[in-house]
Amino acid sequence: MASEENKKLKLYSYWRSSCSFRVRIALNLKGLKYDYKPVNLLKGEQSHPEFLKLNPVGFVPVLVDGDFVLADSLAIIMYLDDKYPQHPLLPTDIHKRAINFQASHIVSSTIQPLQNISVINYIGEKVSPDEKLPWVQSVLRKGFTALEKLLKDHTGRYATGDEIFLADVFLAPQLHAAFTRFNIPMNEFPILSRLHETYNATPAFQEASPQNQPDAVH
Amino acid sequence: MGIGRKVVLYSYWLSSCSWRIRFALSHKGIPYEYKAVDLVKGEQFSPEFEKLNPLHCVPVLVDDNVVVSDSYAIFLHLEQKYTRKPLLPVDPQIRALNLQIASVINSSIQPHHMIGALKDMEKMFGAETKQWAQYKIDKGFLALEKLTKNVAGTYATGERIYMADVFLAPQIMQAVNRFDIDMSKYPTLRKLSETYKGLAEFHASSPQSQPDACTTVD
Repeated sequence: MASEENKKLKLYSYWRSSCSFRVRIALNLKGLKYDYKPVNLLKGEQSHPEFLKLNPVGFVPVLVDGDFVLADSLAIIMYLDDKYPQHPLLPTDIHKRAINFQASHIVSSTIQPLQNISVINYIGEKVSPDEKLPWVQSVLRKGFTALEKLLKDHTGRYATGDEIFLADVFLAPQLHAAFTRFNIPMNEFPILSRLHETYNATPAFQEASPQNQPDAVH
Repeated sequence: MGIGRKVVLYSYWLSSCSWRIRFALSHKGIPYEYKAVDLVKGEQFSPEFEKLNPLHCVPVLVDDNVVVSDSYAIFLHLEQKYTRKPLLPVDPQIRALNLQIASVINSSIQPHHMIGALKDMEKMFGAETKQWAQYKIDKGFLALEKLTKNVAGTYATGERIYMADVFLAPQIMQAVNRFDIDMSKYPTLRKLSETYKGLAEFHASSPQSQPDACTTVD
C-alpha cells in the first residue's frame, strides 16, 4: 500500500445517517479531504465481518486516520478539532463554549438516539407502524422547544453568534431530518428554521448533505 | 456567597447523570453546594428550574454566572476550567477513546433507559419498556467491552482514572441495580466495576451518600 494512500483520511459513512452528516460537515469546514466509504445500514453492512474487523462496535461514522480508527461522531469531531486546528469548532469564550456543548448534547443525547433507526423499528414492530411518526415528532418537538429557549439569547447568523461552531455542526443534520423527513412544520420553531435555511445556503453544509453523497439513493 | 461555594450542582440522588458529575467534582476536589431536585415530586418542572434547564433534566451546574446542563457538557466545562487532577489524557488517541466511551454511554445507552423516555413510551403505547432498556444496555455494554478489553489496566483506559471511568461507574451500577444486567458477559466491565467500588470518590458521589437519599420512594 502506498504511504500516500495511508495518509489520507477515510470516513465510513451512510448518506442518511445524521451522525455521519455531522462529521462530513466538520471535515468540510476544516478543508480536509477524505475517502468516502459507504456502509449501507439498511442492508446491515455495519454488521458484516469486514466492517466489524475495522470497528468492532458496529456503528457509523468511523474515521480512519493513518492507523488510528475512531468511532462516535462527537469523539471524532473533538479529535479532528484537536489535530487540525484550522477553523476551530469551539469558541474561546467559556460561556459560549458551554452553550455549544449543551446544544450539541441536546441533539446527540436527547433527540437523535430516541428517533434513530433502531427505535423507529422497535416501535413499528412492537406497537404499530402508524405510531412511528407520532413518536419521532414528539421527541423532536420536546428537544426543539428546549433548543429554541437555549439559543434565543445567543444566536447571530449561526446558532451561537456570527461564526460556525460545534452547535451548528450538530444542529444542521438534526434540522435537516426534522424538516425534510419527519414533517415538522418550520413555523413552530422560528430560530431553528432560520438556522436551517442558513445551513442550506452554506457550502460546507450543502456538500455534506445526504443527497450529495456518493451512496445517496434518489 | 462564601469562598469555595461558587459551584452549585442541581442533582437527584438516583440520577446516574448527576452521579457522573458528583464523581468528577469529588475527584478534582471541587467543593460545591448540593441542590436537590426531586424528580418523583416533579420539581424539575418548576418555573425556576425551567429557567435553568428547559429540558427539565438534572444535573445542572451553576458556576459563577455560567449555567450548564447535560452531564457531558458539564464534564467538559469542568475539565477546562479546573485543571487539577485532569480527567482527560494528553495522548490524542487515548483522549479520543475516552470521549468515545463516554459518548456511547451518554448517547447510545442512558437515553434509552432514562425514566422520562420510558414513561413516555409507556404513556403513548403501554409498551413493555424494561426489555427495551435491557436490550439497549446489553448492546451498549457489548460495544464498551470491545472498546476496553485491550486497553484497560487498573482503570478503563490504563492506570489512571479518566472520563471513561467517570461515565462507566454510575452506568454499570444502574444497569445492575435497576435492570438486572448479567455482568458475567462483560468481564472487563465487571472487573472495572469492582475497582470503582474501592474508590473514595465513588462512595462520596454514590446515591446513598447524597443529602436527598431515601427522601422519596421510587
